[in-house]
Amino acid sequence: MNQQVVEAIGLSYAYPDGTTALDGASFRVAPGESVAIVGGNGAGKSTLLLMMAGLLEANAGEVRIGDVSVTPGSRDFVRRTIGFVFQDADDQLFMPTVKEDVAFGPLNFGVPAEEAASLAATALDVVGASHLAERPPYHLSGGEKRAVALAGVIAMGPSVLLLDEPTAGLDPAARRRLIKLLQAFEHTRIVATHDLDFVLDVCARVLVMEGGRIVADGAPDAVFRDEPLLARCHLEAPLRWQG
Amino acid sequence: MSRLESALADLRLADTLAARDTGLSRLDPRAKIVTTLAFLAAVVSYERHTVVALLPFLLYPVALVSMGEVPWRWLARKLALAAPFAVLMGIANPVLDRAPLEVAHGVTMAGGWISFGSILLRFALTVTAALAVVAGTGMHALCAGLAALGTPRVFTAQLLFLWRYAFVLGGEGARMATAREARGGRGSPTLAVYGSLAGHLLLRAFERAERIHRAMLARGFDGEIRPSRALRWSSRDTVFVVGWVAFFVAARAVYLPLLLGRLLTGLGG
Ligand SMILES: Nc1ncnc2c1ncn2[C@@H]1O[C@H](COP(=O)(O)OP(=O)(O)OP(=O)(O)O)[C@@H](O)[C@H]1O
Ligand SMILES: [Mg+2]
Repeated sequence: MNQQVVEAIGLSYAYPDGTTALDGASFRVAPGESVAIVGGNGAGKSTLLLMMAGLLEANAGEVRIGDVSVTPGSRDFVRRTIGFVFQDADDQLFMPTVKEDVAFGPLNFGVPAEEAASLAATALDVVGASHLAERPPYHLSGGEKRAVALAGVIAMGPSVLLLDEPTAGLDPAARRRLIKLLQAFEHTRIVATHDLDFVLDVCARVLVMEGGRIVADGAPDAVFRDEPLLARCHLEAPLRWQG
Repeated sequence: MSRLESALADLRLADTLAARDTGLSRLDPRAKIVTTLAFLAAVVSYERHTVVALLPFLLYPVALVSMGEVPWRWLARKLALAAPFAVLMGIANPVLDRAPLEVAHGVTMAGGWISFGSILLRFALTVTAALAVVAGTGMHALCAGLAALGTPRVFTAQLLFLWRYAFVLGGEGARMATAREARGGRGSPTLAVYGSLAGHLLLRAFERAERIHRAMLARGFDGEIRPSRALRWSSRDTVFVVGWVAFFVAARAVYLPLLLGRLLTGLGG
């Protein structure tokens, strides 16, 4: 896997209605690193991820992947490098069958149909969803949908994975499977989440966001001990640390 | 499940049906598009009082349905859903056109009733054929076929999004209806509530559509629709197109029911 440093430099963004979502966020993620972004509702996590994937253009600041700046001009490179798993899998799945849905990304990159089908089969195997290949995606359970959405992104062969609240709505078994899977990946992983226990398992580093800014950056073990910080950011210490 | 939601889920079934391997789904989408267009042109080209001469055209939708193993009950539900539009379109005919017309030897009917019947028949023919083609091809492959035939990209992408957003709008609408019922809303809403519901619905559907659009962009969608099965024209497709178009032309040129009648009476005499 050809990996690069991912860097956010002074990102600011206000939505068209005037809501400030990002206010000068900066950080740097090393190749292969697994980083969590935590913070209360509306802290700006989803906005930040969208911007890193080049799906939203910053008002100020820039995102860099290696030495390429994420702009409309570098779109093709960004699409191939960055895989985005959306918060709501329903937004992402729309082809008539799971296998066609997973093949959608590779097809868009101009991969011939047969090869795209085999990439899709491999990706489904990786997430343990091969048995769903022929099913229509909209009739799957939440956990199955999430797995298929992840496969759709893996099939594109990105080196960086952005995941927005990947554990939301998963039952404990599905959550555990996802944790195992993400632990095994060698991709650079950036995960926005409210699930601090998940962070302890999957991420070696955590960024805390508040009001569109990064207010803490460090190892989960250290950051999650800072009770005043957690309280200020509408967070609570991981469950396994509580009583 | 609300009525709207189940109606939409039912429509969505077309794509699910198309994923099966049937005689119809194996044909190249372009073959089905071209043949169906020829069929539509032939059916529409008849004079407005035509009924009997249209009957041979029943063969095409019936063949599509059986080749595609499209469930008749599903088809009937979709037809019933769309039927009021056809009735609405045709109902003025019997009122406006009362001139008597001879339908069979010695039997006359008001021309308006005949053209009304003709409209209903054409509606049934064309909608059945179109539904069967969608259910035997899938919207995505159909759009890919249209694009391969030279339809501008904006149009095919538009069609695909329309198909997708219809479910989004319907799904959001159904969720809102459920939420209103859960909070004790009953019967039809007042105008004020209705306006606010409709406004919310549009906003929510719009936001959702934006998220979907982003998700497609993130997976490299650039407006070009690439089929998940490579379009491959085989001799079967040629036979399908040529055979049916020849049949349409023959049916259009020769009044088949009459010919058949002559043949029979000829034999009888
Ligand atoms: N489409 C939008 N239009 C206007 N404002 C928006 C839009 N999307 C998000 N916002 C606002 O931007 C801010 C940041 O939102 P964002 O979705 O990035 O937060 P988040 O950290 O992902 O929150 P959550 O944990 O609830 O997912 C919030 O104040 C939110 O209300
Ligand atoms: Mg979010």
